[in-house]
Amino acid sequence: MNRSRALRLLGLVALAAAVATVAGCGGSGTPTTQTNASGSCANSQLTLVKSGQLTVGTDNPAYPPWYAGGTKSSFWKVNDPSDGKGFESATAYAVARQLGFSPSEVHWAYVPFNRSYAPGQKSFDFDINQISYTPARAKAVTFSTSYYDVNQAVVVLKGTPISKVYTIAGLRSFKLGAQLGSTSYSFITSTIKPTTQTAVYPQNATAVQSLKNGQINGLVVDLPTAFYVTAVQVPHSEVLGQFTSGGGAGYFGMVFRKGNPLARCVDQALSKLRANGTLQQIQQKWLSKATGAPVLK
Amino acid sequence: MAVEGDRSSGTEVDESRRSRILGALAGADGRRGVAIALLSTIVFVVVVGVVIANSPGWPAVHKGFLSWHYFKASFPEIGRAFLLNCKIFAIAECIILPFALLIAVLRSLPGPVFFPLRALAIVYADFFRGVPTILVIAILALGVPGLGIAGLTNSVVVWGIVALVLIYSAYVSEVYRAGIESVHPSQEAAARSLGLTRGQTLRKVILPQAIRRVIPPLLNDFIGLQKDTALVGTVGAIEAFNQANIDADGSFNFTPYLVATVFFVAITIPLARLTDWLIARDRRRRQATGAFG
Amino acid sequence: MSALEIEGLRKSFGKNLVLDGIDLSIGEHEVTCLIGASGSGKSTLLRCINLLEPVDAGRITVDGDEITRRGVDVNRVRRRIGIVFQAFNLFPHMSVLENVTLAPRLALKQDRRSAEEHARTLLDRFGLSDKVDAYPDHLSGGQQQRVAIVRALAMQPRLMLLDEVTSALDPELVGEVLDVIGELAAGGMTMVIATHEMGFARDIATRVCFLDGGVILEQGPAAQIFGSPREPRTQQFLQRIIAAKRL
Repeated sequence: MNRSRALRLLGLVALAAAVATVAGCGGSGTPTTQTNASGSCANSQLTLVKSGQLTVGTDNPAYPPWYAGGTKSSFWKVNDPSDGKGFESATAYAVARQLGFSPSEVHWAYVPFNRSYAPGQKSFDFDINQISYTPARAKAVTFSTSYYDVNQAVVVLKGTPISKVYTIAGLRSFKLGAQLGSTSYSFITSTIKPTTQTAVYPQNATAVQSLKNGQINGLVVDLPTAFYVTAVQVPHSEVLGQFTSGGGAGYFGMVFRKGNPLARCVDQALSKLRANGTLQQIQQKWLSKATGAPVLK
Repeated sequence: MAVEGDRSSGTEVDESRRSRILGALAGADGRRGVAIALLSTIVFVVVVGVVIANSPGWPAVHKGFLSWHYFKASFPEIGRAFLLNCKIFAIAECIILPFALLIAVLRSLPGPVFFPLRALAIVYADFFRGVPTILVIAILALGVPGLGIAGLTNSVVVWGIVALVLIYSAYVSEVYRAGIESVHPSQEAAARSLGLTRGQTLRKVILPQAIRRVIPPLLNDFIGLQKDTALVGTVGAIEAFNQANIDADGSFNFTPYLVATVFFVAITIPLARLTDWLIARDRRRRQATGAFG
Repeated sequence: MSALEIEGLRKSFGKNLVLDGIDLSIGEHEVTCLIGASGSGKSTLLRCINLLEPVDAGRITVDGDEITRRGVDVNRVRRRIGIVFQAFNLFPHMSVLENVTLAPRLALKQDRRSAEEHARTLLDRFGLSDKVDAYPDHLSGGQQQRVAIVRALAMQPRLMLLDEVTSALDPELVGEVLDVIGELAAGGMTMVIATHEMGFARDIATRVCFLDGGVILEQGPAAQIFGSPREPRTQQFLQRIIAAKRL
């Protein structure tokens, strides 16, 4: 073997070794967590990204009925989460109070959906953004217990052929759409199983426009959002029905960094709010319109 | 009567001249240079690898971006979705190549009577090179169906293709134009002197030479187009990037993006090697106007 | 009737007045050589004759047909006038045969077979039959220039214009091209040749025109111009040529 070929072989071997080093290394170190020793949920002992404040994340625009009250901020579109108005905003402030934070100690951070699960340090203590719990997702992050049990629903334009459908099977021949980040798409493909290709949109605005244009016949979203869509965004539309079982029913939970002990404290807060009826009140105030859709089976 | 005195400079002369200019070494010096380069590259890679592997967030990033489990899980469906990218690319490219040529030719028509056509071509090229692709796709794919004009399709894939054709034809027409202008005017003079019309000259003499010369930048635009097919996902089509979005949001893991990357790069590599081969072949054939040099 | 008649031709490039009133009358089968210093307007004159350059003033008449009139079919004019350039300008993406047959097939509407037959005959006549399928980049300069001449001849022109066709060639290749031109002249082709090859001009020309300052300063039979030029500037020019041992 001549010298240049030997050199080339040596180079390849060394390169392979380097790649193996990078790929193999890992799993040894554990991410550093600031655990509070006593496991207490006292305000002064909480694990926070920024001490002295509760940093809550959500996406922008902040849509009704999850957020309300309009916005004067140049940053937050549609609604400003810091008003405390809207279902998720009110719930977040209620949880914060339980944890011993005054409203002024609650700060909102803009967290686009896929940043909520990006590995590494989070920019929030918890993210509240209509995120459905799934076992797969719970491998990557920690979910709180449910702050809202949610059903999927389908929005259609009035008077179109799809508006005469009463069953899940009847939906199969239509073109449906869903938003990224929701569990709607997997629900469509696993339960409804339409014969035409489903469309998936990165943003609410594009999904809604497609429905208006007739490019999709039905838009599958969670029930409260469905009522917002029909009430405000798409004229001559209606909620055809909701899905109460299988993948169609689920719950929203707050998202935490995996292993964050704060989650346990938030769960405790949620139990208290459930027990003393606060959660029910908030739901009645902000989600009362989101009822009464027929169930599609 | 043939005298073999004086061949135009051969490729071997070109190659040795180029390597002397660029400082390539021969013989023992060359081998030592290779060894040093190889060794320093290895050291660098190992150092970077060690730094990455020992960073505090590495295990989480490793799991979050490079998970073999999620790679395997999302590979088949992202592969299927990638077929849509390929379909969009193929259809768009077939329209772009002739359409852009038309615009380039319009741009080169001489004389005051053709001024409106030239102006149109210039405005078209400036506009569609300036506006972001993603905007044009959004406006066409969501806006036009919104008008509800009877007979026009609603399909976002079709309008996405239209958007990509409009934009890439603007770029490609400029590439053609550069090619046309790089053909020495004496070629046109020779052809017109033989009595060929402007159209015959363009078709048989100018364009064949122009297009050969711009194959590398044309293929660059091919590759750019292949990547930009991903933008049709923003209006709902389930192509590879959108499928990666779906999988990532469903599993809360970023590895599907890596899978999509693999597909895009995999198709680019043969395209890039094809470009290299075409450049090399063109260089061998390109002894142009016969002027000695 | 003269084959080529030029009256009062004027041509400027921007502010630069290159041709300042050219008058020339050339009969059929005559070989006219244009001599003069670089920049004296020889090339420009030839390019005006085949309408590659528009004229500013004056008239050009070919076979009684005034080609400088408005509305003339430029392509038809050019088919009757062959021109060969200093830089050969063969089409590099076509073989020799394709180069030669392109214009006859497209402009004269000949079918492929007859065009190719005619081309092969011409190429054979000028010793290029073994290069028929070669590409220009595989030919020597002399061979390329001979192909360029054949390409022009394939159009069966009435008049051939040759613009310094040997100036770009290495000395040992000049001869083969001059031989071709000599043959054409002997065959009776009407030609206007701009050249620096004084010896060749003296041998072949029916008439020699000395261009200077944008006009034809002196013209006459070759023996007279080279042997006993009248104008002082002609004498100066020829002396410089002799001193450079080109005559």
